[in-house]
Amino acid sequence: MTDATAQLTTADGKPLKAALAASLARSRRRAFLLVAPLFLFVLITFVVPIGQMLMQSVYNDTFSTAAPALGKWFDEHPPGSEIDESAYAALASDLKLMKEQKTSGSAGTRINYDISGSRSMFTGTARKADKFEPPYKEAILSVEKKWDNPNIWRAMRSASSPLTIDFYLAALDMTRDDAGNIVSVPEGQAVYKMLFGRTMMLSLAITVICMFVAFPIAHLLATLPLAKSNLLMILVLLPFWTSLLVRTTSWMVLLQSQGVLNDLLVWLGIIGDDGRIQMMYNRTGTLVAMTHILLPFMVLPLYSVMRTIPPAYVRAARSLGANSFVAFYRVYLPQTLPGIGAGALLVFILAVGYYITPALVGGADGQLISNLIAFHMQKSLNWSLAAALAALLLAGILALYWLYDRIVGIDNMKLG
Amino acid sequence: MNKLLTLTTALVAVGAAASAEEISVVSWGGAYTVSQVEAYHKPFTEMTGIKVVSIDADNPASPLKAQVEAGNVTIDLADVELSDAIRLCDEGLLEEIDPAMLPPAPDGTPATEDFVPGAIQDCAVANIVWGTVIAYDTTKFSGEQPSTLADFFDLEKFPGKRGLLKSAKRSMEMALVADGVSPDEVYDVLGTEEGVTRALAKLDTIKDSTVWWEAGAQPPQLLADGEVVMSTGYNGRFFNAMVAEGKPFAIIWDGEYMDYDLWVIPKGAPNVEGAKKFLAFSTDTQRLADQAKYIAYGPARKSSAALIGMYQDGKTEMAPHMPTNPDNMINPIWTDPTFWADHDVELSEKFNAWLAS
Repeated sequence: MTDATAQLTTADGKPLKAALAASLARSRRRAFLLVAPLFLFVLITFVVPIGQMLMQSVYNDTFSTAAPALGKWFDEHPPGSEIDESAYAALASDLKLMKEQKTSGSAGTRINYDISGSRSMFTGTARKADKFEPPYKEAILSVEKKWDNPNIWRAMRSASSPLTIDFYLAALDMTRDDAGNIVSVPEGQAVYKMLFGRTMMLSLAITVICMFVAFPIAHLLATLPLAKSNLLMILVLLPFWTSLLVRTTSWMVLLQSQGVLNDLLVWLGIIGDDGRIQMMYNRTGTLVAMTHILLPFMVLPLYSVMRTIPPAYVRAARSLGANSFVAFYRVYLPQTLPGIGAGALLVFILAVGYYITPALVGGADGQLISNLIAFHMQKSLNWSLAAALAALLLAGILALYWLYDRIVGIDNMKLG
Repeated sequence: MNKLLTLTTALVAVGAAASAEEISVVSWGGAYTVSQVEAYHKPFTEMTGIKVVSIDADNPASPLKAQVEAGNVTIDLADVELSDAIRLCDEGLLEEIDPAMLPPAPDGTPATEDFVPGAIQDCAVANIVWGTVIAYDTTKFSGEQPSTLADFFDLEKFPGKRGLLKSAKRSMEMALVADGVSPDEVYDVLGTEEGVTRALAKLDTIKDSTVWWEAGAQPPQLLADGEVVMSTGYNGRFFNAMVAEGKPFAIIWDGEYMDYDLWVIPKGAPNVEGAKKFLAFSTDTQRLADQAKYIAYGPARKSSAALIGMYQDGKTEMAPHMPTNPDNMINPIWTDPTFWADHDVELSEKFNAWLAS
């Protein structure tokens, strides 16, 4: 008894347990080495750049590096301290430094995000910084009297630490008042929350439409004989393989007010020549074009699930007395749920981040949050705000994913 | 197959050797880039042997900022608007340019006096003066034709869709001037809360009939498609559609919005010397006048004006199509780069909020 448990050895005399562990470790190492190139690739080209970009939403050191003396002054003097001569002396020395290193523009831009119109105070005053002599308060105020504004000092204090939540506040239509309290921006300026809402609603609408359109298509494909269904499958896949831009511009040709569809309606006498319907450059355009573009992402998972459902189940239900609706609703539909779930999740996530199609066909009221992210990346060049908006969008999607997992269960999903 | 491979490899090697020196120039694309290629790039390569690689961007300032901030600059020279040139320079992203390197006018006038005011900046040299104007399709109005900026906002007299730039800059100023503000005071008005409300209220009157455009090539296309009957746009693009393609458009010069396009060299450009050579070459009197042969933008040098002749078709006189022609400068709005550097964030936010609501 004791002999048997004490020493089980391999042929060359090693303990069996150790030999087994060694061989397992070897195969694990080999497996890891096989995956390593892919892992590194994803890390370098995906995780690191995205992480760096998202970092910009909370870390912006343009002002703090340009104004070290002010940073020190703010550290030594708690909020609410009087802005005295020593503060202006720090400002003067920083303005001199900014002139030397040509950073007045970027420092001013950082404060300008907070307080509109303050950028030229930095560039204008820094240009004359060489001539400043004590008393600095008088010297600086004689160049630009707006330096007296406590709000500027509040904004500089907040920007003097590179870590900030200001961009998240801006992304949620919030700002700080003169006393530093967080408040909502004035009504005419609030745009992001409304756009987040619109993006979610439109994506949801697109997902639901895709679901209703794709279900019969997938069912037909799954039930037809293979030779015929393969032919029809090409019709689903062909647009899928066509360039996104080509498909979007084709919709423009079809839908614009001098386009094919309107021409056809006028020719048929359904509408008058002056009553052409606006189907493009508004929300309808975004909805139609995006539904078409995302449709294959719904058809394919549905199809792959439906193919595996034996037709005998529905037949059995019918033979047991269910009418066709009950047989569909109680027997067939539940079995397609993994496909619906996978398709809906794919379409929804893709729709939320879509940018080119709404930019081209969306006009003013078909714009989504991603268009504003692109605006801040390309036009206003406020990358920190773009990063904050992107991070919020990502967080929203992760929250929905979590919710989906809780309700439907992610294991229950079949991607094809 | 093997032979083909060897051949292509050899060709690539030869190509690489021949283009030992080259510069990358980023500009706005379309008819405008074509005019630069014809007037600057080709003669420059012929003279110096330096190859010029032309790249298109919706706004060259964006890739430039991205590259300098990422520390991986491949652009040698970029064509940007005045406000962007000043902003990028203030942020220390551009090489400084010494005006002494610019060639004098043929009569010996130094460059600093030959260029129009504001065309030489610390880090930028203008090559053209261009106008944002309104063009309309003449076949769409049987009776009276629109002739003023105010007519653009008059949907009753001139019904039909309008094309407008999707940007606070230009759209808001043009709305104010159409509302009766004098062009000299437009930035004083726009600097106030009431002025912004007034501009947006004016834009609101045509909001439901507006198709928004973003790239310079779009307005002539929208007009040609019949998608809009009137659109704002760049005068050179309209000129090309009218003269080169024979479209039935006409331009309203009233309240044209004047801006410069300037050459800038990003900090850390791979070939600064080559870029400077190109910059000096392309902004000399003859070259600026040559460009006007291909597109209707005004040269930034006074001495070039006399050398402007015919369009490349050999029968269209260019002078009447120039945005700088005194007959066309009715009520011009001159862009204010300092105003936009200060208020771009706030006004863009308000404009975007208005647009999305």
